[in-house]
Amino acid sequence: MIDALSAILLIPAISAALLALLPGYKLTAKLNVVAALATFLTSLTLFVIEPTSGQYLLLDDLNKVFIVLTTFVSFTTSVFSASYIHHEIETGRLTPAFLRFYHAMYQMLMFAMNLALIANNIGLMWVAVEMATLTTVLMVGIYRTHEALEAAWKYFILGSVGIALALFGTILVYMAARPVVGEGMDGMVWTVLVKHAAQFDPALLNVAFVFLLLGYGTKVGLAPLHAWLPDAHAEGPTPISAVLSGLLLNVALYALLRFKMMLAVNSAAITPGPLMVTMGLISVIFAALMLYRRRDIKRMFAYSSIEHMGIIVFAFGMGGPLANFAGLLHMTMHSLTKSAIFFAVGHIAQVKGTQKIAEIGGLTATSPALGWSLMLGVIAIVGLPPLGIFMSEFLVVSSTFARAPWLTVILVLGIIIALGGLFLRIGPVMFGEPKGKTAPAEASYVPMFTHLGLVLMAGVYLPPVLVTGFQNVAKLLG
Amino acid sequence: MSSLQFDIAHLLAGSLVLASFMMLYQDRLYALLNVYALHAGVLALSVAWQAYVQQAPHLYVTALIALVFKAIIIPVALHRIIKKLGIHREIENVIGVGLTMMAGIGLVALSMVVMLRVTPGADALAREDLAFALSVVLLGLLIMVTRRNAVSQVVGFMSLENGLVLAATGAKGMPLVVEISVAFSVLIAFIVIGIFLFRIRERFDSVDVQALDRFRGERR
Repeated sequence: MIDALSAILLIPAISAALLALLPGYKLTAKLNVVAALATFLTSLTLFVIEPTSGQYLLLDDLNKVFIVLTTFVSFTTSVFSASYIHHEIETGRLTPAFLRFYHAMYQMLMFAMNLALIANNIGLMWVAVEMATLTTVLMVGIYRTHEALEAAWKYFILGSVGIALALFGTILVYMAARPVVGEGMDGMVWTVLVKHAAQFDPALLNVAFVFLLLGYGTKVGLAPLHAWLPDAHAEGPTPISAVLSGLLLNVALYALLRFKMMLAVNSAAITPGPLMVTMGLISVIFAALMLYRRRDIKRMFAYSSIEHMGIIVFAFGMGGPLANFAGLLHMTMHSLTKSAIFFAVGHIAQVKGTQKIAEIGGLTATSPALGWSLMLGVIAIVGLPPLGIFMSEFLVVSSTFARAPWLTVILVLGIIIALGGLFLRIGPVMFGEPKGKTAPAEASYVPMFTHLGLVLMAGVYLPPVLVTGFQNVAKLLG
Repeated sequence: MSSLQFDIAHLLAGSLVLASFMMLYQDRLYALLNVYALHAGVLALSVAWQAYVQQAPHLYVTALIALVFKAIIIPVALHRIIKKLGIHREIENVIGVGLTMMAGIGLVALSMVVMLRVTPGADALAREDLAFALSVVLLGLLIMVTRRNAVSQVVGFMSLENGLVLAATGAKGMPLVVEISVAFSVLIAFIVIGIFLFRIRERFDSVDVQALDRFRGERR
């Protein structure tokens, strides 16, 4: 069946092979954009398709949201990447041979993420997440500098340990399912697992979830397991930082949510909520405290990603229709905002020739368009009104306040510390003495403005279609 | 299942834990690699035995991968990398051998307690296998955290992965075991290539002259 579901896997897979063969970076950059656009347009058709599930692939309301978000941000990032890469070629940081590899890997990553999102099989999902890790490791190390290789190595080892633990958890889930659904493929098919999860042995499920939380949690970047994240974001090419932060963390989170839904069916098993709430809060507080000390601008925003993933995991951990809705909205807003910020930061680093915060200054005077859009992104990411993140953070906080007021205090404290840290750091960059080179910026503003425009729109007015869609998913998550 | 079949499976899985312990106290890289080759060999035997007991022919493929790839190709490749880069003496333990062994014993006890307690319903062979597999996984993690050297960390990771393969074969009738073991082999191949690149970069005077030129070009 060549339907839309297979198409969003086939388009990236075929283009990856094609891009690996074709020479000429101008052509391949354009082709990359076209392929990403085609995948995005195909994913839009998923809205009119009825939910289906086979032994390997699955389409329901939950992954529709994730797929459309993923393909949209991959498309805009590919547009940004085309202009970013052009500059990298000119300054000689990358050679055309590396670029061919880069574009092929970009599409491979799209393939792996889409596969992880539509896999109905927990083993297949695991393989897809591993593949996504491998491709991003290769891209983080693409500059071949000492720092880049070190970052890639760290990401590689920690990511591998993470997915190893996730695999152990997956095996335990199969062991729990085997007495009930029988041997063979059924024990790995997620829809079958959810249907029968009530009869599974709760003790085995509990242990399995701990491994899954640690394993996939490493990839989400939750606090004690986050060590790879800042390095990988800071040293890789900026389009990859945007995709890592905006999308790959979400994919790992999605895997976690699937298993959470499975555990929710079994009333005797532990509720994953408190575990997720705790890890989420630790991430928020930890990242907020670390933000102020950063000297590298990309690293700083990487810590901000840890903070926001913490908020999202916290919201999903609280559970219930309202908190789930808030978590989904926050995830969408964070993906859009953080990738827009990385777009701006990438161009700024290219103009100034450095990522050190101390060496960048007075951006609103020297390159106003870039400076102000980064400023708008920062205003959005710290959660000031009227932008979308304010809405979603407000929903997270207010829905928590009704049920666990003390947790709200900790959460709000973290958010405020992060706000203070980011503004203190970004102030001189924006309005201080102009520092560094002042070459005119040849940026691609369209992806940046599109993202920020959407975030602004979501803050002012959420279309009812979107609201009902998110509400359905929130109900599904339980 | 006859008790002899069970005993042999038990013996092989237990030997894997023993080999993990042997890796814990090696202080030379070559010796560590040799023990790892033994570890992978025992894994191959254990998987082959499971394939016979469960009458699951696809598991023979996994056993073959373990034998050829993990017990022969990877150790030989690592041997050559170590020799080429001249790093065979470097092996630093973060904590002493005694403490490491004590921690290892603690971890094995922990995994026995956890796994045996949560799997009373599963059949005896799968139960024992899972408990041993978790021990091997945790010992692999311990090796990774107690070594500073990149190569020995990788060996730790590979032994951890052997534990996972043991767990996957122990879960009777689990699909995708072969695929997962191939996926892991690819991962490990990447890691080994990674060490190679990483070490060249760290001491770029040793092998690749072109890399040296590019490095200086960036710094200017």
